[in-house]
This record gives sequence, C-alpha cells and structure tokens, in this order.
Amino acid sequence: MTPFTQHRGVALPLLRDNIDTDAIIPSREMRTVSRSGLAAGLFAPWRYLDPDARTLNPEFALNQSEYSGASILLAGNNFGCGSSREHAVWALMESGFRAIIAPSFATIFRNNALRNGLLTVALEQHDLDELVDWITVDPAAHMIQLDLEACSIEFDPERDKKVFSVDPAAQDMLLKGLDEIGLTEQSMDLVVRFEEQDQARRPWVYLPSD
Amino acid sequence: MRPAGVNGFVVGNTLFDKLWQAHEVTTLSERQSLLYVDRIFLHERTGSVALNGLLEKQRSVRRREHAFCTMDHIVDTLPGRGDDTLMPSGRDFIVATRHAAHETGIQLFDIVDADQGIVHVISPELGIALPGLSLICPDSHTCTLGGLGALAWGVGSTEAEHALATSTLRVTRPQTMRVSFAGLLGAGVSAKDLILFTIRELSASGGAGYAIEFAGPAIDALPVEARLTLCNMTTELSAFTGLIAPDQKVLDYCVGRRYAPQGQLWDQAAQHWQSLRSDEGAAFHQEHCFDIGSLKPQLSWGTSPQHCVDWDDAIPHVRDAPDASASAAWQRAQDYMGVTPGSQLSDYALDAAFIGSCTNSRLSDLQLAAAYLVRTGHKVAKGVKALCVPGSGQVKRAAEAEGLDDIFRSAGFEWREPGCSMCFFAGGESFGKGVRVASTTNRNFEGRQGLGVRTHIASPLTVVASACAGHLVADTTA
Repeated sequence: MTPFTQHRGVALPLLRDNIDTDAIIPSREMRTVSRSGLAAGLFAPWRYLDPDARTLNPEFALNQSEYSGASILLAGNNFGCGSSREHAVWALMESGFRAIIAPSFATIFRNNALRNGLLTVALEQHDLDELVDWITVDPAAHMIQLDLEACSIEFDPERDKKVFSVDPAAQDMLLKGLDEIGLTEQSMDLVVRFEEQDQARRPWVYLPSD
Repeated sequence: MRPAGVNGFVVGNTLFDKLWQAHEVTTLSERQSLLYVDRIFLHERTGSVALNGLLEKQRSVRRREHAFCTMDHIVDTLPGRGDDTLMPSGRDFIVATRHAAHETGIQLFDIVDADQGIVHVISPELGIALPGLSLICPDSHTCTLGGLGALAWGVGSTEAEHALATSTLRVTRPQTMRVSFAGLLGAGVSAKDLILFTIRELSASGGAGYAIEFAGPAIDALPVEARLTLCNMTTELSAFTGLIAPDQKVLDYCVGRRYAPQGQLWDQAAQHWQSLRSDEGAAFHQEHCFDIGSLKPQLSWGTSPQHCVDWDDAIPHVRDAPDASASAAWQRAQDYMGVTPGSQLSDYALDAAFIGSCTNSRLSDLQLAAAYLVRTGHKVAKGVKALCVPGSGQVKRAAEAEGLDDIFRSAGFEWREPGCSMCFFAGGESFGKGVRVASTTNRNFEGRQGLGVRTHIASPLTVVASACAGHLVADTTA
C-alpha cells in the first residue's frame, strides 16, 4: 500500500451530501476484473454530458482548468455511501487523488480508502467551509497541505492550521504503508489459539474441511 | 467504549456486545479488534478481484470450507443464459471467478447449480448464514443476515482478501443503537415500508458508526424473510450492520438447512442462540422508538433512500428542506426524477416495474405480489414492462411448484432466472433513459438502474399494484 505522510496539492470542492459509490464509479464503468483502468469512469455520470461518447461537461469542476491536477477532494456529508465497491477508491487514486476531506464518510468506503493509502479526513462543517472559501478564490494557487504525522491541514497562511483526529491504528498503517494482511499474519498463533477455545464453545461453527 | 448504564454502571450486554465478544481474537487498540470471521461469501462482481488478489500474492484461502461463492451480479437472468452476458465484458468476470474458485478450492454455486442465486438470498437458504455467526461479503447488503441474528457486514475486496487469508478482520468497533417499533404493521404494510420509513426518519447517514438492533412488537411479529428485508437496507442508513435477536421463528427457519448443524450439534447451537439477545437494562449509545401502528406504504420520490413519503403524500417543496445542502439535493433529485413538488406520486405514469433483488426476491415476496394478482384479477397495464426475478434457484422452484410463475406470466410479467438482474446497470440490460420504474430494490441513486432511469423504491405489493394501475399507487384492495 502507498504510504501517506504529507501531501500538498490542488483541492477540488464537490460539496454534495451523500455522494454514493455509484456516482463515484458506476457499475457500467467497472469493465475488467482488475483494480486499474478505472480513472476514465470516475464521476462519469456528472463529468460527462454523454458518458458513452465521453463528451465533457464543462460545468463540472473536475473538467475546469483551475482544478487541473487536483489531488484533494472536498466533499459533503456521508461521502462514499452505498455499494461497497472498492473500485471507488481505486478510481479516485488512479485519477491522482490522495486525500478526501468531508464532514463524514460511509464506513465501508473509509475502510477501503485506508487499505489503499487514500487519506480520509473528517472535518467539522464550519472548518470545511473555511477551506472551501479560501480555495475557491484561486484554486490553482491556493493549494492545501496535509500532514498526517501532525494531523494538520495548512491552508490560508494568515489563518491557523486546521487540526483533525485520526484513529492511531489507521494513522500508523497509513504512515508506514503497511500491508494489513502481512500484519495480521504475524498474529496467526493467536488465531489458532482462539479457534481451539472457540471449537469447544461453538463446535457447530466449524464445518468439516473436506 | 460501552455507554454508561443505570447510575453510570453497565448493567448488561447488548446483543451486539455479545456477538462482538464471541468473535474477538484480540484487541488491537482502544477501538479496534481482530475479529474471527466464521463465513465468507463472494460473488463474481467483487469476489473475483479478491480471489485474484490472493492468487497473485500466492496466498491461499485459510479455511476453504468456510468460504463460498456465487454468480449473481453479472450473470444474465434471461432464460437459456450461459457464460455470455448482455454486459459487454461480463463473460470475463464469470470465467475469472470460476477459475479462481476452482484454484482456491472454495464452494462455488455456479450458473447451472440448482442452488445458484443472489448471495444474501442463498446464504440463509443454505444455512451458511446462521444466528451468532460472523459473516462477511464484499457487498454492502451483507447486513441482510442480521435478520437471523448473525453478525454480518459488508466490506471491500481487500478486506475480503484479508478474511480469506487469515479468517479474521481488523475491525473498528461501532457504537450501538436500538430502534424499537411500537404497534403492529397494518394490512398491506410490510417490512420494506418499515425500513424505508426508518431511513426517512433517521436519514441516509443516521446510522453511520452504529450497529443497529431492531426490536419491539412489530419486529417480533415479522416472519424471518421480512426480517431479512428489514436488515438488508440498514446499509442505506450507512450503519455498520442491522441485527434482530433470534427467536423460535429463526430456529424453525434454520433447522435442516444444508450447512446448518444437525443432531446433537443442532441442540447445542439452538440452546446457545437463545442467549443471543440484549440483556434487560443493557445500555445503547442511542435509542429511537417509533409508533408504526398507522404506518402507510412508503414510496421514494428522489435519488436517495431517505427521499421517501407516505404513498399518498405530496412531494415536498424544496423551500421546506431542513438546510441549504438538503435543498440543493432535493432540487437535483426532483429535476432528475422529473417530479414536481406538491404533486402526488400517483400523478405519474409508470413505464416499468421490477420485483426482485436481495431486498425483495424471496418466496414470501413473490407470494404477496402473486396473491394481489389473484385477488384483484388485474393485469399489468398496457405499455408497462414488468419483470419478476426470483432470488434463487430454490425460490424459483418453490414458486413454480405453487404456480406463481403462471400467475405472473398471465398477468403480463416476465418470469426470469435467479440473479441481481436490473437492480443496477452494469452495461447490459437497462430500462432506458427517462423511464419511470417502480422497483422492490434498495437504491434509487441517479443512474443506478441505467442512465437517466427514474427509480421509485417500494414494497412488492406497492410495485405490483402500480404495475397494474399504470401509475404509482399502493394496494388499497386488501
């Protein structure tokens, strides 16, 4: 997994509530049994006037030059709700996004993001509004800087940094870019011990192995 | 953190606490634990990616006897179907899934298998999901199985890979919420209406960070399949999962199923399952109580499951939205859906009707809809495309044995092979742009059922009544 320590980049506001994973990447854009080849499908329903012909919608921020190269997404409440498709995270990352800042996230999306090194920052609405106000003055020049070690967001030099909180386990995973499966594999003795005790408690759970 | 109970003392455990504790291998941090995963279910849409990931890293499935896979999302539901699909690259998913299932040695319910069907329909049907078991699937509607009292939740492909390789997951502990329903559902009002009403009340993010237990007389009275419908849509509240304490009805439902314990093991399991209920006085982080004695059939008017009204209520005005963000969302939704505030949903002519999906494709759903057709003698209105898609091979055969297929067909419905079908649009079959659909599915998101498709979610009874009326309407004949 890609580690996340610090990141500075152009932020793109997409301030709708309940942006679902069908909007982030529709099922019809998930064409191969793969974690890649998804960038062109990102926000397809909104980004294209005609998704089949790929006619760009000039009113959608992602298509506007001042947001070109955007790598931080600012979104509304409950971002990533709906389908569990991890393709939503893969499509965002393939399109260059490294972090999403929103008042809240859907749990499965947030877990998927964490496991791929995409930072999700939950920020109070009024703090998010301040970021948006500053960015939209000059999106290309008004970049924001995220620091995961300090849990801070630097934006307007004339204002204090915003501070966010993050689960320590998630922070550690992101900073080190840890492979979670590899991590758990180090605790397999605990799993074996659990199974031995559990088999006595709940024998019906364990199906014959052949 | 557990909530403080009476006088600050914790006086009992919730059902969720008990399930969590029973699966806790070790704690990883204050909020995160390593949980044991009893069952893993995969499907060809997202499971294929998880299995391939595993194979690429030369990892194996740690307990292949606890992992299962079905074909439901991409496979066609047209009669005579095979590996080729209307979705242009669908065959790749089917072939890759079959290959990976064979390579890893897990049980696959393939297209031709008599038990093939929608993952959340077949897992209880086969006794793979059982009370008290932890079950994960890379699919958000896995919470369906909470209806049996299983600890079941949806994950992504990477987490599914983790569970396959280690029989565990690293999980952040959600808080607990209890939603109690006072009163009993009236005639023609179903579990689907109950959950749509709950989402409308609590909002599409109202369950975020919570495991929700449903309780109260209305829940006790629900048949098991209706409980599955109710819990199915807790993901539409953004909840971690939904749960209902298992009772005698659940035991009667599970007994004798293919993967359920038998003999002495069954007796032991059944005794244990009876302890799976929240203790008297157990404290929840949040509690809600709704009186649902006069609940009416619900219909969605917008593009989020929270955009619901009583079927005969007016579509709300944007000016009445609770805040600026909701007002923008309502405006977008009304433009997309082509509905006008102040009008009623019954003012809108219907183009299509869909009965199916992991929410409402079980035998009891089909029986309810067919009974309406028999009782009224109504046929599908002219110009309405109507589909009935049973959730599994077992449901289909049971329905056919009762003659339900003939009832649906002669009323003008298409009768399909089991699968997810048109619940979502994957590039194959769709209703068409601007088409208005009454649907027993779970999501009315923009474009969910196809580009520009206008989805109104409702119960099977409301969908069949609407299909026959040619416009959105609840059953008023019961």
